[in-house]
Amino acid sequence: MVLAGRTILDRVSFTVAPGSFTGLIGSNGAGKTTLLKTILGLVKPTSGTVSIGGAAGPRRDPIVGYVPQKIALEPDAPLRARDLIGLGLDGHRYGMTRPSARRRNLIDEILAAVNATRFADRRVGRLSGGEQQRVMIAHALISRPRLLLLDEPLANLDIGSSHEVVELLRRIATDQGIAIVLTAHDMNPLLHAMDRIVYIARGRAVSGTTAEVVRTETLSELYGYHVEVIHAAGRVLVAAGEAGEGKNARTPPAPPDSQVG
Amino acid sequence: MFETFMINAFETSAIVAIVSGVVGFFTVLRGAAFAAHAIPNGAFAGAAGASLLGISKLVGLGVFALVGAVLIAALGRRSRSDVATALTVALLLGLGDLFLSRSEEYSAQVFALLFGDILGVASYQIVPTALLGLACILVILMLYRPLLLSSVVPDVAEARGISPRWMDLAFLIILALVTTMAVPIVGAFLIFSLLIGPAAAARAFTDRPLPAMVMSSCIALVVVWAAIAVSYTTNLPVGFFVGSFSGLCYGLGRGWAIWGDRLRMSGRPAG
Amino acid sequence: MDLSAIIIEPGFFSNQPVQTALVVSAITAVVSAVVGVFTVIRGQSFAGHAFSDIGGAGASGAVLVGAQPLLGFVTLNVAAAGVMEMIGIRRARGRDLATGIVLGVALGFSALFLFLATTYTSTSGATVSILFGSLFTVAPSLIPVVAVLGAFVMALIAILYRPLLLTSIDYELAAVRGVPIRLVGIGYLIALALAVSLSSITIGAILSTALLVGPPATALRLTKRTGTAIAVASAVGVAAAWLGILISYDTASWSADGNGWPVSFCIVAVVFVFYVSASFPSRLGHRVRGHHQEPVKSLEPS
Repeated sequence: MVLAGRTILDRVSFTVAPGSFTGLIGSNGAGKTTLLKTILGLVKPTSGTVSIGGAAGPRRDPIVGYVPQKIALEPDAPLRARDLIGLGLDGHRYGMTRPSARRRNLIDEILAAVNATRFADRRVGRLSGGEQQRVMIAHALISRPRLLLLDEPLANLDIGSSHEVVELLRRIATDQGIAIVLTAHDMNPLLHAMDRIVYIARGRAVSGTTAEVVRTETLSELYGYHVEVIHAAGRVLVAAGEAGEGKNARTPPAPPDSQVG
Repeated sequence: MFETFMINAFETSAIVAIVSGVVGFFTVLRGAAFAAHAIPNGAFAGAAGASLLGISKLVGLGVFALVGAVLIAALGRRSRSDVATALTVALLLGLGDLFLSRSEEYSAQVFALLFGDILGVASYQIVPTALLGLACILVILMLYRPLLLSSVVPDVAEARGISPRWMDLAFLIILALVTTMAVPIVGAFLIFSLLIGPAAAARAFTDRPLPAMVMSSCIALVVVWAAIAVSYTTNLPVGFFVGSFSGLCYGLGRGWAIWGDRLRMSGRPAG
Repeated sequence: MDLSAIIIEPGFFSNQPVQTALVVSAITAVVSAVVGVFTVIRGQSFAGHAFSDIGGAGASGAVLVGAQPLLGFVTLNVAAAGVMEMIGIRRARGRDLATGIVLGVALGFSALFLFLATTYTSTSGATVSILFGSLFTVAPSLIPVVAVLGAFVMALIAILYRPLLLTSIDYELAAVRGVPIRLVGIGYLIALALAVSLSSITIGAILSTALLVGPPATALRLTKRTGTAIAVASAVGVAAAWLGILISYDTASWSADGNGWPVSFCIVAVVFVFYVSASFPSRLGHRVRGHHQEPVKSLEPS
């Protein structure tokens, strides 16, 4: 799979393999969501292509699963978690839902896979943010996509839950051979899980393994000024260093996790 | 209570109630209450225009309901939907004002279109009502799953190839169909009550989509029949009872939901 | 022949109903514009429109018991604002539902009052005359009432201005800053109810909605700054109202039987044309698409 956009993002190119776990890392407004939407075929790149499983262009059948960042479900809507997950199976088809034992089993299986059996029969709008997210992951997974895209799945979770979600996704990638691509502004919770990191800044991106990308030299080149990558207590900090020689006077954009204390 | 005109009233109002319950389910789910108010209200202008041209009121209603639906969708692409809806209803009612000023239409006709004339329904009106109602139900059944998905999580639906814009337009056209069916029977104001109240009440009693839809139709049916019966005995207008019974059902639903939540809270072990 | 005499038919400025119409429409257009900018930003157009129908029921009821229609209009609207806020939930969908429920019940009462009015007092009730309204039939004696009520609404908005702006644009920031969000919300809803009462009873429900939403939406297309938008909206509103009055007056002079185009229709048409033409430049330029559920989004520079 090759992607090369050229709008807010220029010459971004990377591939993801089945069963791999890729993190798109960048600060807010770096263009991560745009990149996801390009992969989904909702935003057309000015030039360049996205190809999935060898086929280019937008797809109707659910080869790609998508979990958006903001899940604003109405609390009073008469819809159980189970119903929403079922719509992941056949929600794009015309006609009414036809209940069957097979359908029910599939839903139960996927509920168990994301640890959501406990609240399967509760109104989905009344679930907590983390629970709703697991329902949406199940919704995306049930149609057996080959690629699962998640927009900032860790944004509103505490450290414990974000660890759980990362583990869950890692397991899904390995067990089912699904390529997982997720965006995040903080790479730390993902460090041990990522096979590949795509680091986005200033409209460009570098990709590779974490060891290749998260280095002072690589990121300084990407940012266009000196940044320091500091490893401390199993965490990574990217801190702005001295402005490089002969750079333009504009204040450099802050690296994504420079504010992490 | 069971003279011919009463039988007609019970039959046509049953069709209207069942259809508005089904469509109301999606109206409430999509938060489309304003559109459900605006399209019937604006379509009323079409009826005024039709009588000016000497054509069938039903045609006038249908054309204006469709124009309203398309206008809301078209303006809504470029602005927020509530602004689009407000401007559409103002424009259509303005046209209605123009049409009325050109005709000698007696204002009783205007009242009938706004507040309906259930007890004055003639036998020949039953067939078109039933056909339009059937069309609504068929379209809803066909679009059920994508419409449900798009109403609940529009961006996820879009990622799966269900265009939110087309779903919006499709739903507004369904509202236009309901309008054409219901305005000659229950009037522009009361079809709105029937679309909102029963569906909003139904969601308190069940947490599954399909039963909520069925229950919404049942509540609408009970509301309309009770309103007709009470109106017959008290000699007060049907519209008053439809409006207040719908509101009452919603209140009961809310009460039931709050009571249920309390019960669940107290039933749950602490911590 | 003088060009201005062709555009403006003779007798326009000396005509007494026209003078009253010009004054009343200017006051209501400005009040509607000021309140309306927040209505559009907050996504409460439905409530704004609903108040004109709800108040209609109040006015019909008041006429029935021999009270001032305006009193009934205002009373029921303020009560409705309270109920809406009580069952209203923060989300836009919940708020629309709350508006819908209250409106549905109020329309039922409209039906009842209308029936009682036609049966017992053999008048046609206030509902339909309020729905359409006519600027040319406004009594000059109403001007002071309109001015006082309008000034009151403006004062209310002036008091609420800063917290209202903050809650409208960034709800969470406002909550963090300790703005009394509910209080501001209900205060605003009352201002809206009063503004709509004022305009509906004088110029009709159609114009009330058109002037409340049209000019502010037009202004917000042209500028993103609230203060500027209020000024532009007021100017657009007054211009649309006066232009509409002129067209209506001229068409009446041109037609043989003096039956011109109704003034409500003319003003709505002008408002609509203004709105659509303001939408064109941004269509050619950057493509900004409004969001349906999040009222705040459309304000953000994209």
